[in-house]
Amino acid sequence: MKKLLALILVLAMTLSLAGCGTSGSGQSSSKTLNIGVFEPASGDNGAGGKQETLGIEYANSVTPTVQINGQTYNVALKIVDNQSATDKAPTAAQQLVSDGVSVVLGSYGSGVSMAAAPIFQQAKIPAIGASCTNPAVTQNRPYYFRVCFIDPFQGSVMANFVKDQFNAKKAYVLNMLGEDYGSGLATYFANAFKQLGGTVKSEEFPEGTSDFSAYIQNAINYGADVIFAPSATTYASLIISQAASAGCKIPLAGGDTWESSVILDAQKGTNLQVYVSTFFDENDKSGAAAAFVTGFKAWLNANPQRKTDNGGNDIVAAVSALGYDAYMTAIEAIKIANSTTGEDVRNAMSKVSFDGVTGHISFPNGGDADKNEAFIKQADNGVFKFIKRQSSKS
Amino acid sequence: MTKILPYLLGGISVGGQYALIAIGYTMVYGILRLINFAHGDIFTAAGFFMVYAAASLPLYLSIPLVILLTILMGVLVERAAYKPLRSAPRMSVMISAIGMSYLLENVMWYITGGLAKRYPVIPWISDSVTILGCTTKRVTIITPILTVILVIGLVILIQKTKIGMAMRAASRDFETARLMGIKIDSVISFTFVVGSALAAVGSMLYFSNYATVTPVVGVMPGLKAFVAAVFGGIGSIPGAVLGGFIIGISETLTKGAGLTTFSDAVTFALLIIILIVKPTGLFGEKPTQKV
Repeated sequence: MKKLLALILVLAMTLSLAGCGTSGSGQSSSKTLNIGVFEPASGDNGAGGKQETLGIEYANSVTPTVQINGQTYNVALKIVDNQSATDKAPTAAQQLVSDGVSVVLGSYGSGVSMAAAPIFQQAKIPAIGASCTNPAVTQNRPYYFRVCFIDPFQGSVMANFVKDQFNAKKAYVLNMLGEDYGSGLATYFANAFKQLGGTVKSEEFPEGTSDFSAYIQNAINYGADVIFAPSATTYASLIISQAASAGCKIPLAGGDTWESSVILDAQKGTNLQVYVSTFFDENDKSGAAAAFVTGFKAWLNANPQRKTDNGGNDIVAAVSALGYDAYMTAIEAIKIANSTTGEDVRNAMSKVSFDGVTGHISFPNGGDADKNEAFIKQADNGVFKFIKRQSSKS
Repeated sequence: MTKILPYLLGGISVGGQYALIAIGYTMVYGILRLINFAHGDIFTAAGFFMVYAAASLPLYLSIPLVILLTILMGVLVERAAYKPLRSAPRMSVMISAIGMSYLLENVMWYITGGLAKRYPVIPWISDSVTILGCTTKRVTIITPILTVILVIGLVILIQKTKIGMAMRAASRDFETARLMGIKIDSVISFTFVVGSALAAVGSMLYFSNYATVTPVVGVMPGLKAFVAAVFGGIGSIPGAVLGGFIIGISETLTKGAGLTTFSDAVTFALLIIILIVKPTGLFGEKPTQKV
């Protein structure tokens, strides 16, 4: 009996290996261009990563082919899960390299992007981040690009906003211990806020925290005018609902990760003021955005699994829009390069210039797209209300 | 005092929830000498059951249904992952438990899509109340009281009933109990029934306070509850409860003192000190030498 089982297992393994072999050789002979999708589908950022991947998949369904040297190439997406973990990210990146991708898109989360950067650089494959906002992602990394604005900008936008809106003098800043995105953004906010003449109390919570009542109490005792808590949505929704049940009336503000249906659900039915800064506004009727929103909603509603991955509704997240723009940027660069080689695509990036759904995209100074405004929104009983466009100067 | 009170209230409430999960760990350990790593995930699953049940059923139906489903799940986990390994080395069962925990987490990722779900509001216990000038939810006050009532009930069950006697016999000596005609499988199933039911109640109290359910939300409370069980002396139910409260309170007080970065470190340092002074935990039995 045991021998039979072992035999079956061995057979299953060899068969699956043989399967790999045939599919691999099939791809190299047909005209297919591979684009890697390096995003988390599990871990703390799994939910956001899925929304970004949805944007990329939608873009792929809109523009499934690209012309290179007069020949039509089908664009195939190679999707890997970096599990939101910096120790797992290099393996996932290596997987994409061995799949022979021409360009990589992602990731949601700056830490995993940085962890994978050396691998892409060594393989001479350009990577285009969608929403990784930590400035270190593209610093001294000639193969990393991104289509979003960066954290020092976002931090000073939020500092200016709370100063303008609430005349805030004391800010309580809370982020997760050892998380690249949150601690970076918290520091930039704190620096900008101090430059505007305010005072800051910064605290950190360990991974896996679910009781935030003590932190809320610390903020109240400090007499804060605003709580700035850039963090993953899992923690953010706990912070918001516990602030509400502790009777806290201090306005809360977060970064781009907070623009999620999870935050809307947490704020619903409370009187808390919750503000987010983000890349994109669903109700923006200008240019490419309107067509994108209509098309993306229809695409989401056509398939129940996509809707589940988007959080069970058809609200368009900013990261989906950025994922779409990252894909379109890659296609533009491939067209200009007129080649499938990673090196050529990288060299073509500086010539890319087009209007994406999150604004104009071009790369005049290295790896960061040239963006100068953020959208401020307020979570208000189930919807994000557009407040204003905010630049980093008040 | 008014400064400390909110922290103390929070600590007691967190501690009560740790205690309810810790009982599940300690009971299974007492009988099977197995650390059921999947217990934290059963707690999470109870949260999801409630999210989906309350979406289509009224609360007076969904609450018993959730408890029933959680019990069923606990027993199924035991039947599928632990019973076939009853005569295997203890290490194999532990690996099986770790595997079960990851399996449950990933199944929940797959089904829910990973975005945090809102826990339904259970009326009355979710209302805000003001005690000595600080606002909190009513569930904060109810949790420790309910925990103590449930534990007293459990102790009576173990000390006074026939099945309780069988459980005590099994925990003292597995083989002899079997020789005396105790149906060991049904005793073990019953242990999982009680443990899972308490996890279901614990999850209702927990998520009424922290209303966000994600597939990995049970991991950290599960770990802390396990620490609480060790703290109080693993195998001892009053020990698990006391351990839960001590850990919950020390955690929030550390945060209140401004040492937010070290809140977990202080808790675990406390555990190490207790274990150095009293290696079997607060209420732990001395290991008896079998001849």
